[in-house]
Amino acid sequence: MNTTTTAKTAVAPAHVSIGDVARAQRWRKVGMALLGWAVALLIFFPIFWMIITGFKTETDAVADPTLIFSPTLESYAAVQGRADYLKFALNSVAVSFGSTLLALLIAIPSAYAMAFLPTKRTKGTLLWMLSTKMLPSVGVLVPIYLIFRDVGLLDTRTGLIIVYTLMNLPIVVWMLYTFFKDLPKDILEAGRMDGAGTLQEVWYLLLPLTLPGIASTGLLSVILSWNEAFWSLNLTTSNAAPLTAYIASFSSPEGLFWAKLSAASTMAIAPILIFGWLTQKQMVRGLTFGAVK
Amino acid sequence: MATLTLNNVVKNFGDTQVIKGVDLEVKDQEFVVFVGPSGCGKSTLLRMIAGLESTSSGDLLIDGQRINELGPAERGLAMVFQSYALYPHMTVEDNMGFSLKLAGVSKEERRSKVLEAARILQLEPLLERKPKALSGGQRQRVAIGRAIVRNPSIFLFDEPLSNLDAALRVQMRIELARLHEELKATMIYVTHDQIEAMTMADKIVVLQGGVVEQVGSPMELYHHPRNRFVAGFIGSPKMNFLPAVAEGVGAAGVEVRLPGGGNVCVPANGEGIARDAAMELGIRPEHLELDEQGALSGRISVIERLGGQTSLYVETEGQLVTLMVDGDVAHRVGDDIRFGFAASRAHLFDADGLALESLERHPLASLTRQDNRAESKA
Amino acid sequence: MIKTRASGRTVGGLRTLSLQAPAVTLLFLWMIVPLAMTLWFSLQRYNLLMPGMGGFAGLENYEFLLTDPALWSAMGTTLLLVGWVLAITVVGGTLLAVLFQQEFMGRGIARVLAISPFFVMPTVSALVWKNMMMHPSNGVLAWLSKSLGLPVIDWFSSLPLTSVIIIVAWQWLPFALLILLTAMQSLDDDQVEAARMDGAGPLAIFFYITLPHLKRAISVVIMIEMIFLLTIFAEIFVTTSGGPGLATTNLAYLIYIRALLDFDVGTASAGGVIAIILANIVAIFLVRMVAKNLEN
Repeated sequence: MNTTTTAKTAVAPAHVSIGDVARAQRWRKVGMALLGWAVALLIFFPIFWMIITGFKTETDAVADPTLIFSPTLESYAAVQGRADYLKFALNSVAVSFGSTLLALLIAIPSAYAMAFLPTKRTKGTLLWMLSTKMLPSVGVLVPIYLIFRDVGLLDTRTGLIIVYTLMNLPIVVWMLYTFFKDLPKDILEAGRMDGAGTLQEVWYLLLPLTLPGIASTGLLSVILSWNEAFWSLNLTTSNAAPLTAYIASFSSPEGLFWAKLSAASTMAIAPILIFGWLTQKQMVRGLTFGAVK
Repeated sequence: MATLTLNNVVKNFGDTQVIKGVDLEVKDQEFVVFVGPSGCGKSTLLRMIAGLESTSSGDLLIDGQRINELGPAERGLAMVFQSYALYPHMTVEDNMGFSLKLAGVSKEERRSKVLEAARILQLEPLLERKPKALSGGQRQRVAIGRAIVRNPSIFLFDEPLSNLDAALRVQMRIELARLHEELKATMIYVTHDQIEAMTMADKIVVLQGGVVEQVGSPMELYHHPRNRFVAGFIGSPKMNFLPAVAEGVGAAGVEVRLPGGGNVCVPANGEGIARDAAMELGIRPEHLELDEQGALSGRISVIERLGGQTSLYVETEGQLVTLMVDGDVAHRVGDDIRFGFAASRAHLFDADGLALESLERHPLASLTRQDNRAESKA
Repeated sequence: MIKTRASGRTVGGLRTLSLQAPAVTLLFLWMIVPLAMTLWFSLQRYNLLMPGMGGFAGLENYEFLLTDPALWSAMGTTLLLVGWVLAITVVGGTLLAVLFQQEFMGRGIARVLAISPFFVMPTVSALVWKNMMMHPSNGVLAWLSKSLGLPVIDWFSSLPLTSVIIIVAWQWLPFALLILLTAMQSLDDDQVEAARMDGAGPLAIFFYITLPHLKRAISVVIMIEMIFLLTIFAEIFVTTSGGPGLATTNLAYLIYIRALLDFDVGTASAGGVIAIILANIVAIFLVRMVAKNLEN
């Protein structure tokens, strides 16, 4: 702080006193705070509005926008009352956590091999994995749809779990690879000197030390699966339909009950939103594929 | 109770050969130091001994048993890493006991062995702490403790002191020497710091470009370097090298002409050296002395006063020569001085950089640290 | 630094292979089987509504598609959508990152609020924007215009693509912000102070120090966003269903219309193949970009 102030006064014209500079800096700080909060609230506004609307009556919801209303839980009660809601929510939970667990299970050995037993082909394999992610889902929708229809996976949780697992696998492998590579090589070598075999190395050293990374990878996978809407809209109709499909059903004009829609939406995004808030820092590190520290 | 033998050991990384055929004999209870500039292959060689790198060809033998195919843990060695490589999620006690836990040693026995090592290293009050809560020196001691607990046949150290500050480094150096004495174990130590090498080693192995340049006791390397590289690497400040021309070879040694015209007869075996051959004369800064009759002269361009000693950097015939002289010398920058040296202190190198064999062996050249100890006890 | 393990040559190679096998095999199947089938179907006459009309079609489906103005319009829409969203999120994200890098009261909470849209499922955000923000009679934006005495915009009928772009950009702006902010925090303070000593003002610091430092992060943002943006579906499905007309029909949505609404598997597959080719063109240069990032 000292150096910057001196630097500034040195450059500033002689008649500007240090007090002026300090005052200017204080005002700048206040301005930044106002601007920062204004922008943050603006970006957050649609979510805020949705949450608010969930506590309104249907009449209030379509009335002129106002923050003054008598809050009610009737929309939540109504949404809860629809037996459907819980089924959709359960599908979302089952599908996103199931696919995440499966993806982690498949990805951990692969990422381990890439990070600690690299060969000449490792980099190529990684890039190829990522490139499968660029294969547009629409390009393969028809065959997947037909295969699923023929083997009876349409509108089943298992079917969605399979699709989501494969959909997220490249990103999960990449993120785990990034986290594993961050682990100092020395520590695993020390473990090997101490007599740890591969399994012990993974169990006693790798997993405990990269647990935050694995958790955030899993979380991102859950978020992506939870929010995924292409496959869930196209491969499910009712039995296995997750919340994305449930919410999408409100897009039809006859379903315009905004307060209820808002209540349902709030419940649909709340867990993931809170997860995301808590883990944003960790998640970003993995998402940048180690390119940004 | 462990000897280590390397027979023509080679390491290839792809097409590059980083260890180019190393032969070495490490005796029981010996403290051997691998030293060399960075990239010389010293760490790779250590890691090959540890089993963390494969050996491309040649044999590694411990007590005469070939160990090339054994995994790192089966070799019965312990290694202390430069970064310490402590397990950050385990307490000091768990860190030290991890190898025993993997080996299926009972909890009580583990605890007693860890306590024993902790006693030796004065770590008892820290056993419940995580590495995060330790200072650099304490982490270093835990890393050593982890090695001790395994009761290895050979200790391997990979630049263990390079992350410590200067004062702590001196202290740990002494502690390691003490430890070596107490444990009576064979130790192999890698460093780029020649002071660590000189102070701790029974035997120094100087490596460069994957080749062993010289093996010998510290005093042997200092007094009888085999070539220009070793001469320049061992000793601080660095040895001065002056161009010289052979004037004649006789029973007393080789007569050379120095830059500036002075002549000196160095007592070295000049067999095969022709008259007028271009050579290099090596002389350590601490062996140069101010002398009105000296063979060399020049102008002082920089003076560094350390108190007890003073370094003079003298411009001599277009070359900077370093003198290490008495701390109270009164000269100033710009003074013209004459200086010289005892001919027996000089080293001669031929055009290939190989040292001419000295005609008289330095009396301390074969001294080892063990001899030091024997004398001090007597 | 070259890394090889003690047993790297023989056993390690085998170990690497066996550990990677599940992931690699599954991804390979996931890619190759549908790809082959898509290719095959695209050469067939195959409509689920007309089971009798099968048979080899040759390039008929492609011909039908490539002469269909809908395809070109959909490709244009796709590129416009991706391009605009990328431009908005990268520029906006950089500015926001600079803003949230400054210290101010409650910065942590403000930042958390600003990144929230990233965690909201696309169907929800599309519905919220459609019904509560952009609705011509009850939306907040309409109310704002009315209060200010301005004409009310019916977003989805008069500016359909713009509306979709706004929604998608709103969803992805936080992502750009998150990554760019993280990158910005790694900028060396000494560098900035040295620049300040050299007399650089805030703008000069931004353009000569901050922006070059963010280059890698920006390329990561572009890469990841592109992967997801090329196949935007839910936002369109929920808000405009591709309309009015084809105004908001991107490639993903077009294939969806053909395949699942018209039941024309052959044409839809041909569309899929075109989408894959398009994605690969993009992928080639994206992969190169990542590869460069990997060099470190």
